Amino acid sequence: MTSPLLLLQPAQTPLTLPERTTFWMPLDASVTAADIDWLYMFMIWMSVICSIGIFAAMVYFVVKFKAGPRSANQTSEASSEHNTTLEIGWSVIPLLICIALFVWGFQGFVNLRTPPKGALEVHVTGQKWKWLFEYPHGTEDVLHVPVDRDVRLILQSADVLHSFFIPNFRVKMDAVPGRFTDLWFHATKTGDFPVFCAEYCGTSHSDMLTHVTVHEPGGYEKWLADTKKKLDDIPLLDLGKLTVEKQGCFTCHTIDGTPKIGPTWKGVFGKAERLSGGASATVNEDYIRESITDPAAKIVDGYPPSMPTYKGKLTDRQLSGVIEYIKSLK
Amino acid sequence: MSEPTPQAEPVSEGSAPPPAAKADGGHAGNGHAHADEHHGHSEHPFLAHHFDTPQQQFEAGKLGIWLFLLTEVLFFAGLFCAYTVYRAMRPEVFVYAHYFLDTRLGAVNTCVLLLSSLTAAWAVRNAQLRQHKMLMTNIIITIACACTFMVVKYFEYSHKAHDGLLWGPNFAPKEQVWELPGFKKKHPEAAEYAEKLAHAAKEAEKAPPAAAPAPAAHGTKPAENHEPAAKPTLEQVEPLLAAGLIGEKAENPTGVSRPRNAHVFFSIYFFMTGLHGLHVLIGIGIWIWLLFKARRGVFGPNYFGPIDYAALYWHLVDLIWIYLFPLLYLIH
Amino acid sequence: MTSPSTTADVVAPKTGSGSDNYLVHDKGFLSWALTLDHKRIGIMYLGSVLAAFALGGLFALILRTELLSPGRTIIDHDTYNQMFTLHGAIMVFLVIIPGIPAALGNIALPLQLGAKDVAFPRLNLASYYLWLLGACCMLTSLIMNAADTGWTFYAPYSTTTETAVAPAAMGAFILGFSSIFTGLNFIVTIHKLRPPGMGWFRLPLFIWALYSTALIQVLATPVIGITLLMLTVERLLHIGIFDPALGGDPVLFQHFFWFYSHPAVYIMVVPGFGVIGDLIPVFSRKRIFGYKFIAVSSLAIAFLGFLVWGHHMFVSGQSTLAGSIFSAITFLIAIPTAIKVFNWISTMYKGQIHLDTPMLYALAFLWVFTIGGLTGVFLAVMSVDIHLHDTYFVVAHFHYVMMGGAITALLGGIHYWWPKAFGRMYDEKQGRFGALLVFVGLNVTFFPQFIMGSRGMPRRYYNYLPEFQDLHRLSTIGAYMLGLGFLMTAFYLIRSLKSGRPAPANPWGSRTLEWTIPSPPPYYNFHHAPTVTRGPYDDYEGLVYDEKIGGYVEKAPTA
Repeated sequence: MTSPLLLLQPAQTPLTLPERTTFWMPLDASVTAADIDWLYMFMIWMSVICSIGIFAAMVYFVVKFKAGPRSANQTSEASSEHNTTLEIGWSVIPLLICIALFVWGFQGFVNLRTPPKGALEVHVTGQKWKWLFEYPHGTEDVLHVPVDRDVRLILQSADVLHSFFIPNFRVKMDAVPGRFTDLWFHATKTGDFPVFCAEYCGTSHSDMLTHVTVHEPGGYEKWLADTKKKLDDIPLLDLGKLTVEKQGCFTCHTIDGTPKIGPTWKGVFGKAERLSGGASATVNEDYIRESITDPAAKIVDGYPPSMPTYKGKLTDRQLSGVIEYIKSLK
Repeated sequence: MSEPTPQAEPVSEGSAPPPAAKADGGHAGNGHAHADEHHGHSEHPFLAHHFDTPQQQFEAGKLGIWLFLLTEVLFFAGLFCAYTVYRAMRPEVFVYAHYFLDTRLGAVNTCVLLLSSLTAAWAVRNAQLRQHKMLMTNIIITIACACTFMVVKYFEYSHKAHDGLLWGPNFAPKEQVWELPGFKKKHPEAAEYAEKLAHAAKEAEKAPPAAAPAPAAHGTKPAENHEPAAKPTLEQVEPLLAAGLIGEKAENPTGVSRPRNAHVFFSIYFFMTGLHGLHVLIGIGIWIWLLFKARRGVFGPNYFGPIDYAALYWHLVDLIWIYLFPLLYLIH
Repeated sequence: MTSPSTTADVVAPKTGSGSDNYLVHDKGFLSWALTLDHKRIGIMYLGSVLAAFALGGLFALILRTELLSPGRTIIDHDTYNQMFTLHGAIMVFLVIIPGIPAALGNIALPLQLGAKDVAFPRLNLASYYLWLLGACCMLTSLIMNAADTGWTFYAPYSTTTETAVAPAAMGAFILGFSSIFTGLNFIVTIHKLRPPGMGWFRLPLFIWALYSTALIQVLATPVIGITLLMLTVERLLHIGIFDPALGGDPVLFQHFFWFYSHPAVYIMVVPGFGVIGDLIPVFSRKRIFGYKFIAVSSLAIAFLGFLVWGHHMFVSGQSTLAGSIFSAITFLIAIPTAIKVFNWISTMYKGQIHLDTPMLYALAFLWVFTIGGLTGVFLAVMSVDIHLHDTYFVVAHFHYVMMGGAITALLGGIHYWWPKAFGRMYDEKQGRFGALLVFVGLNVTFFPQFIMGSRGMPRRYYNYLPEFQDLHRLSTIGAYMLGLGFLMTAFYLIRSLKSGRPAPANPWGSRTLEWTIPSPPPYYNFHHAPTVTRGPYDDYEGLVYDEKIGGYVEKAPTA
């Protein structure tokens, strides 16, 4: 279908962050970004002033008090060796600044950790190496949200720790297996914004990319309706192809004959597969259905038992579509 | 325990430079017996070259062993912390698991270790007062007690292995908890009720699917079944709930089974007691080594540090057991 | 003033390699392999730690070369992941944690105390062999199927990945004991082997720093020990402590891990503070400003360091309340740290500043550590940390404090104590050039990473969006400069062992006790512990520079 490099990326990820308007930060596209950016720039300027102060004093002293050769045996001028007022001064002033920073940061954090009531909720699952988003019509591999609306993401992980990071919104939260975490945002600009995984999770950690599409007013509802219609009307084979792309199957399977983390699908239908443990099975519709909903039941010999289950994630029509698609790959 | 400190030897300062004798390199033993202008070193064969007096050496060793014991406490603290977190998160697992443990054997081990701590402390006194026979006796008794502890531990572990009570995925108890005599004695009504539920579940499995479903046991709600059974009482249900055998914490919420993740208790149990047992073994090794040293008669009022330090280590090993025992065996 | 025997040692110092010193006193492999001499043990540590640094540095260069372009440049995903894991594990556990205490501390601590050795010389040798054993364990992981979990070993990835995690984790476990025993040894030595007259507030600041570090080593390291043991047992026996699929809690691992690893970063940097505290007064020929504040601030940092581990976990699912406590206390640590920097700079005021290589490293430290420390404040701010966590900003921060802090101080200390340990002076011009190259290389490598991080570039990324390429390339160029600087430094230092000018007892004019005995010292250090009557940075005027020997001697008393 496509070159190996693109197989590592889901179908529609933009290969770029939107253009920056400041030096340090990505384009701000959420309501809470402004507060973070102000605080960050305040600290940049405090740091610059502090550093310049320290470096200037250092350089000035080195230049002004540079000694001649050691043999000249010059002695230093007498000067005090401690000054309690100074010590208190340069302890208290930084302390006050720190208190201010703490309070400002704490308030921002509490804000970011308190999703507003009535937010649109989307369930997100992180798995090696794909983010999946649940919508009424099924699973997507791109996050779609409306602009100017509170959105709460409920995160979970299917395997190891992942972390959901949208730089343009300044939000991040770990997806922890065994529990739910959440984050919220309120997008202020339309467009596509990259989503990264920010907690190391193995081989393709850096390729676990997707993006959030922020729709203009009315666009989100239209997308929902269009997609549902498309999935209802689309021929079974095309539905299968679409499902396979969105569910991240190509992370581990190929269609050109190359074995990857899982067996290739090219020519697999009708084949007699040798299973680990010695038994064998013929690849028919039931076999494919079982491989998708209960992958641990039969493992092809020579492959790791790493496939997550998709039980409950695909509609029956989608399952049939996937089976038809795999059948078509002679 | 009062301890006479070693008598400080007067340090004489000679002015002659030391002869080129070997001071280090190849000497791994006690006491660097190189000629030094400090007469004290030749009078005290166990005084290391870098210390001035036996007192200084003893105090340094004492501080050293206390610091080491502090690190041991912190080492075990991690496990105690894991225990605390799990017990807070899943109390039912701990209630469930404690029925399987034999408190009597645990109590025996506690007494044995306490006795050995006594003999260890006594041995320190013997060393200080150069009571050679008593020193040897006490060390031997300490070793014997420690070995007894390990033997009892061996029996406990092998019983558990036999009963399928191991860590992680090896956890496969041969008996159901309500069949255990300990559980039956404490909660007879609950044991009976659990038997009934298990029996009914087995019958339902055997019967065709169209037959009556297994009775759902949800808290104190009346059991809905086709048998003319009475509503389960608090005595019947509460112990089962507390041990996670029924209800939402159980593996099988619609019957009677063990709590989810029950194996975690035994993982923690074997880890903590195993690590402790390893420390007992190391202690045995140390006491045997000291026994050989004591036989040579090296310990006296100027040199009893090693016995003192070993006894301190031993007291800590004992203390850790004294915490482990109630936390693991005496859960209510 | 000083006791007669001490003055005699200084006024007529024995120099050069002709006299009997600890390096030549006993000959043969076994005399080194079974030595109980702290100086020899320190030398062995120095060589070993620097060898590990070279290996970790090699991995770093390979990583940075790979990052010249997005996608594959020279290695594949899995190799890259294994390499950053081993780079981190080697640098943290084999180089920086042992680094200054084990190498420089072992050489200088007893000497600064006028002592014959550390309290427990056999334990000292055991520490070294534990280091070697731990290193072998880690190398085993490297040879088998190197661990690919990151040096932080987060579960459940670390409990389920098929790479050789157990050897790496157990290697770190063994190294932990090496660290604990070194710390234990130093605490007892400082308490029990001080010379007459050296009360706590006459200790050199290097010793204050080593003491504070030792406290952390003893109290924090056992926790990583049990954590790594639990991790290994989880992997091998599936007990279910950290892996949620087996009933465990992955966030519990993070708490255990960071409970040690945060204090560990103070083990890494506080000894560096100590080195700087000894360098600046000597090379400014002036008593340190605010001695007591600097001394006590080391203890304060050690103490507070135990209370802030959760600032690595603001987005882990930890409660907001816990996070706020950790954030607040993290800010507090900034204060004693700032106090140190201000006091050091004040020491230079009205001094007589000599820009020898050790001083250049000290000045480099001040610059690089200031930046590193200030950026730590960014990460302490909870809301900003949400954006910066797990990005290159964090990578830049810790490299600034660890490379710029610990490594720069290590290099400064090596150059300072080199004449004492080996009896040779290195080429000063090359020393200065090397320091400059390292300093520039550091900044070129790591400053662009702050910018990448705040712009959204996540860490531990093999592949990346093309717009980050320019900054990555700049960073890689800096890395090569750094590598060159280190190579040069190694070269002229090793060469000095053969052809360097023989070193006098006191080339720098320092007042701490190690400079009162010959370079290199005799195997027994001191005939007797000298009686100390003044502070470690007092009376620089009492020393005069003697051109004939190229070092300082006591000013002859007038009349």
